[in-house]
Amino acid sequence: MNLFEHIGKYFLMLRFVFAKPEKGRVFWERFFTEAQGIVINSIPLIGFLSIFMGGVISLQTASNMSSPLLPEYTIGYITRQSTILEFSPTIISLIVAGKVGSNIASEIGTMRVTEQIDALEIMGVNSIGFLMLPKILATTLFFPFAIIISMLLSLIGGWIAGVTSNLYTTETYIIGLRAFWDIDQHHLYYALGKTMVFAFVITSIACYYGYYTKGGALEVGKSSTNAVVAASVTILLVNYIITQLVLV
Amino acid sequence: MIEVKNISKSFGDTQILFDISAKFEPGKVNLIIGGSGQGKSVLTKCIVGLHEIDEGEVVYDSRVFSKMGRVDRKVIRQEIGMLFQGSALFDSLTVIENVMFPLKMFTDMTKEERAERAKFCLERVGIIDKDDLLPAETSGGMQKRIAIARAIAMNPRYLFCDEPNSGLDPKTSILIDNLIKEITYEYNMTTIVITHDMNSVIEIGDHIVFINQGRNWWQGNNKDILSTDNQEVIDFVYASNFMKNLRSKLINN
Repeated sequence: MNLFEHIGKYFLMLRFVFAKPEKGRVFWERFFTEAQGIVINSIPLIGFLSIFMGGVISLQTASNMSSPLLPEYTIGYITRQSTILEFSPTIISLIVAGKVGSNIASEIGTMRVTEQIDALEIMGVNSIGFLMLPKILATTLFFPFAIIISMLLSLIGGWIAGVTSNLYTTETYIIGLRAFWDIDQHHLYYALGKTMVFAFVITSIACYYGYYTKGGALEVGKSSTNAVVAASVTILLVNYIITQLVLV
Repeated sequence: MIEVKNISKSFGDTQILFDISAKFEPGKVNLIIGGSGQGKSVLTKCIVGLHEIDEGEVVYDSRVFSKMGRVDRKVIRQEIGMLFQGSALFDSLTVIENVMFPLKMFTDMTKEERAERAKFCLERVGIIDKDDLLPAETSGGMQKRIAIARAIAMNPRYLFCDEPNSGLDPKTSILIDNLIKEITYEYNMTTIVITHDMNSVIEIGDHIVFINQGRNWWQGNNKDILSTDNQEVIDFVYASNFMKNLRSKLINN
């Protein structure tokens, strides 16, 4: 199947994703279960990565600031901007695409090859909506909260790294974090907005590859890999488009 | 009653089913038999709507299923129970949750009522005190029985069984066959079973459709099949030396 066929099939699938759920109560149960499974269970990994990412950003910024004309608080400022604009929303999304994307694709793919999806269809359940809508909505709505946590931990990581290495004081770092916030705060909304788009991309693409798996265990593995690759490439493309539209 | 009228199905350039017609009556165990790759599973998937047919009609009690849209089909699908070859139980749900699943999705029963009905269905298939196990923690035979319990939970009018004996030992196979037969008679269901198992053919085949080369090659019951002179059916039924010897003895007697 070529790329355009995949894109067409993906959008046809989305038509069924947003159909009215068979039973509201069952949908909400699944919604919160998926929020727990996909987003909340990813927070420890996101937190760990964010602390070290923030630390490295501040150390690298400090090591590249050789000009005495630049004030020291610039380190905090650059750490904040890098974290909010790119590192937390994009890099964390790429990592989550690996973890969550492969998980979703293999879960749904296994259901496909073991005829569990056929069983749902025979019962009269809209299998696409039943399996995908809770995952997509839960991730799209809750993932920004995980990214806010990531941003906070990244900034804390930057502070710990810089202060313990005697590169700047706590006061200087905080001045940097607060610098130009009045004119830059829309960057936070831009970051959270694109995070929601990335969350949608990760889950819907993973669901697509899982749902249309054909064959056996080997094909489930391939679907999983394809889902991660496709989601990662799409995130980078969408990131470029959103940045071009919003920030330029 | 389920009726298929002149149905044909192709995948790309390969035609699998050719102008098949058959009637499957209620209160009877209807078997679809035939060699591997002859189109049995495709025929069944066409009947339940997992594959769209190219030509012909599938009719459920005067309702033309094959011409219905998704929403109308849903009504009929809730009257269908299906036992899949690999059982197709939901991995993440326990035994009782699997049986309660269709009730949860399509009825307004309370949790207690659902549990009561699920326990009744599980007891009916001989599964007791396994409610909280996951499907992976049960044997193949048990999984088939749990799948039957799930299939009958909604009191279906139509029951489909795709190779219910595959992967089971002879004793468990007989148990599953008897269960399908009992349930069919008890609830007056229209039951369609796809099978390769000759024991099932002889034991429970009230009506048998032999599919060969994608065509309805032969029809009859479990007595007719032993005395047919249709060469393809003879080759299929009496494939093993044991069965060949049995046939010789039958003819000599």
